[in-house]
Amino acid sequence: MTATENPTGYKWIGTRPVRHDGYEKVVGKARFAADLDLTGQLYTAYVRSPHAHARVLSIDTAAAEAMPGVKAIVTGADFPDLDPLDPNYDVSINVMARGTALYHGHAIAAVAALTKAEARAAAAAVAVSYDVLPAVLTIDEAMAEGAPLANEENYQKFAPPGDPTNISTHTPLERGDAAEALAGADIVIEREFDAAHVHQGYIEPHACVVDAGLDGKANVWCSSQGHFMIRAVTAGILGRETSRIKVTPAEIGGGFGGKTTVYLEPVALLLSEKSGRPVKSVMTREEVLRATGPAPGCKMRVKIGATKDGELVALDAWMAYSLGAFGDFAGMVGAMSVASYKFPNLKLEAWGVLTNTPKTAAYRAPSAPHAAFAIESVIDEIAIELDMDPIDLRLKNAAVEGDLTAMGMPHPRIGFVECLEALKASPHYQSPVPEGASRGVAAGFWFNIGEQSSATVNLNEDGTATVLTGSPDIGGSRASMALMTAEELGIDVYAITPVVADTEAVGFTDVTEGSRATFATGKAVVEACRELIGELKIRAATIHGVEPDQVEWIDGAAHVEGKDPLSLAQITEQAKRTGGPLTATASLNAAGAGPSFAVHCADVTVDEETGQVTIIRYTAVQDAGTAIHPSYVEGQMQGGSVQGIGWALNEEYIYNADGVMQNAGFLDYRIPVASDIPMIETIIVEVPNPSHPYGVRGVGETGIVPPMGTLGNAIRRATGVRMTSMPMSPPKVLARLSENN
Amino acid sequence: MSRTHVSCNINGEDVEFLTADASSLLDALRNELGLIGAKEGCGTGDCGSCSVLLDGRLVCSCLVMAPEAEGRDVVTIEGLAEGDHLHPLQKTFLEGAALQCGICTPGFLLAAKALLDANPNPTETEIRYGLAGNLCRCTGYDKIVKAVQEASVELRGA
Repeated sequence: MTATENPTGYKWIGTRPVRHDGYEKVVGKARFAADLDLTGQLYTAYVRSPHAHARVLSIDTAAAEAMPGVKAIVTGADFPDLDPLDPNYDVSINVMARGTALYHGHAIAAVAALTKAEARAAAAAVAVSYDVLPAVLTIDEAMAEGAPLANEENYQKFAPPGDPTNISTHTPLERGDAAEALAGADIVIEREFDAAHVHQGYIEPHACVVDAGLDGKANVWCSSQGHFMIRAVTAGILGRETSRIKVTPAEIGGGFGGKTTVYLEPVALLLSEKSGRPVKSVMTREEVLRATGPAPGCKMRVKIGATKDGELVALDAWMAYSLGAFGDFAGMVGAMSVASYKFPNLKLEAWGVLTNTPKTAAYRAPSAPHAAFAIESVIDEIAIELDMDPIDLRLKNAAVEGDLTAMGMPHPRIGFVECLEALKASPHYQSPVPEGASRGVAAGFWFNIGEQSSATVNLNEDGTATVLTGSPDIGGSRASMALMTAEELGIDVYAITPVVADTEAVGFTDVTEGSRATFATGKAVVEACRELIGELKIRAATIHGVEPDQVEWIDGAAHVEGKDPLSLAQITEQAKRTGGPLTATASLNAAGAGPSFAVHCADVTVDEETGQVTIIRYTAVQDAGTAIHPSYVEGQMQGGSVQGIGWALNEEYIYNADGVMQNAGFLDYRIPVASDIPMIETIIVEVPNPSHPYGVRGVGETGIVPPMGTLGNAIRRATGVRMTSMPMSPPKVLARLSENN
Repeated sequence: MSRTHVSCNINGEDVEFLTADASSLLDALRNELGLIGAKEGCGTGDCGSCSVLLDGRLVCSCLVMAPEAEGRDVVTIEGLAEGDHLHPLQKTFLEGAALQCGICTPGFLLAAKALLDANPNPTETEIRYGLAGNLCRCTGYDKIVKAVQEASVELRGA
């Protein structure tokens, strides 16, 4: 599709209509996965490993099977063995252990029974004997010479050749000569950082209802960030044909990356097949924390050199991410996510490390917050050392179009400089720092992705439109689809019904991830609308007896010189005699997702007696390309900021020496509440993405990247202490303050 | 399993139901009465997604045993709108984009109603503390606080 300039004077883009799915959500009618019930359904309970690492010697289900209400039990033995190189291998092992429990909470067996209580009682009666193995819990332990293996079956898909280790990925990136540049720099700052695992913390626990028939077909209702992914992975794990599984998306109660994978569905499908009944499976909060994806922890060393006038000449960084018991790409992506700045010389070494902790999952700009915490902290030290304004230092080095990313590819048109300038001119930054407080600034970015999307737009007889997409709406994307449709067709936004359609009602669509829904699925919607407008012109030409090229589509009506305009409704009501129903479908693999940059600013006070950090003012600036629905762009910025604040100041997985999480509930894994934070002021910068018809850049993820550096920098300027370990919680801040005194 | 007969008033209507003794009010609402607006986010009273009003007082229905509802008044999200009129809080939440995924929204609306019933003109700080028992992971609370401020103005006819 040809890109257009971002014209001013859109009728619908940039407006703030009430979202189409809002009413049901404020009256309690919206159906999330746990709100669905089928007649005769069974309930599940899981047997989970009490050890962080153990060989499963035997599983005896006989007593449990004989208990009241029990209809089916599955264990790892019920799953097909996949080739270790199968893309679903790790997920398959994660949803049900095969012979070895790899973390505390790893699923060992699951029971389906008539009631939840009966299922729980039977799960408790499943007898499992274990041979406890050494558990590897930290990056230091895992990378130590001769370390025990966290996962003996780590088949080293992406790891260096040689004897098995706990290394899953090793990513070296280099350009120029960092060592030489650092030796010649006027100032070199080096610091070490670490961070604990944190959870995405969606309020809706994972849930599904599965009804598998004797005909080999299965219906799945669940909440996820991608129901086509649920279908593909469930089919892949169980060795089924994709088309035999239908997945209907329920409303999703938060995901943030954590619902881009599968936990319950294949297990519930097997239980449904074994019992011949529908199965409803809902995780408890404790299960969510113990067995679903936290974000990785990390350990990093970052060294940056600069000239005395503030030119950053080299970055030398060593970054390790603890991935849990299975490999993924976090280390690699973390290394790639560092280059917001020009850095002519770069030496990066990133590691993905296996530990006996839950399999990590994506969390909003996965792995970038860790890297940004480290790099933005060191850059702030340079600003302090050189007595430079932290925004000016960043402006001097900010990447612009054509500058190379860490992988060596040039940035497309990006808005980092514009974000820095917007913060510099903001009321917040222009105001004096309040007495007793101090101010921190930091930046962040995320690549964003395109991927595959489909959309179908059906024009109804009365001139309204129904828009079907396959992208679960996790933050207002239905409103965005309706706004883009309204702008294209020229009809009222409320004449449009945006629908997240099931796997049999719309074309294949990748997961809602990588801030891609409004960008890529929106692009498919616009393409379908443009095809429809072509067809509407043909119909109008038929009605008027002219050639289609004599018809112009303006503001929702077909215009032919010398004739009265024909509205969309006038054309659809005559569809039967002009060629039949009006419908169009577009599918694409979207290229050109625009990277999104953000810069945050916080004023904080630090209580020197308790170590408590209080945020008194916070501003988030972000490049949205074009804000389709500004309220939901602000919502992404504010939500991402507050998740980042929680990550920075308070949230952490606390494991005991045996690898058992000690705070597996919302009381002790405490996410920010309303009284912890101030208003989050937002400034939306709009540097249009030339690869989207309206200039959209994804906005979902970048907002979580800057808060850690922002707060660390504010604490440094308040206390003189550089916090290098997340969370920067009161006990840790207090300990550093007392060291300093 | 023994079951207890419970008579109570839910959203202005007298209701009778049978419940297992060990059942929470949340389970009874959702499973016996089909009122699915209250959500289970944690089951331990930490997230507020299951908030309802019990005799006008905000409670986590996951921490109330179902038989405890005997003879009492329960208001759930399904009872917040009056006839064909949305409650001002429902309107300001919609208009102010104070919800994203929406799973916490019923709990926040009831917590906000309880707050405004007790304190019709709260400060921002009072709103933040009044809502501190409810977790939202999407919005960062900003637009929720503003929606409660707007509704407070409307309810006072100011």
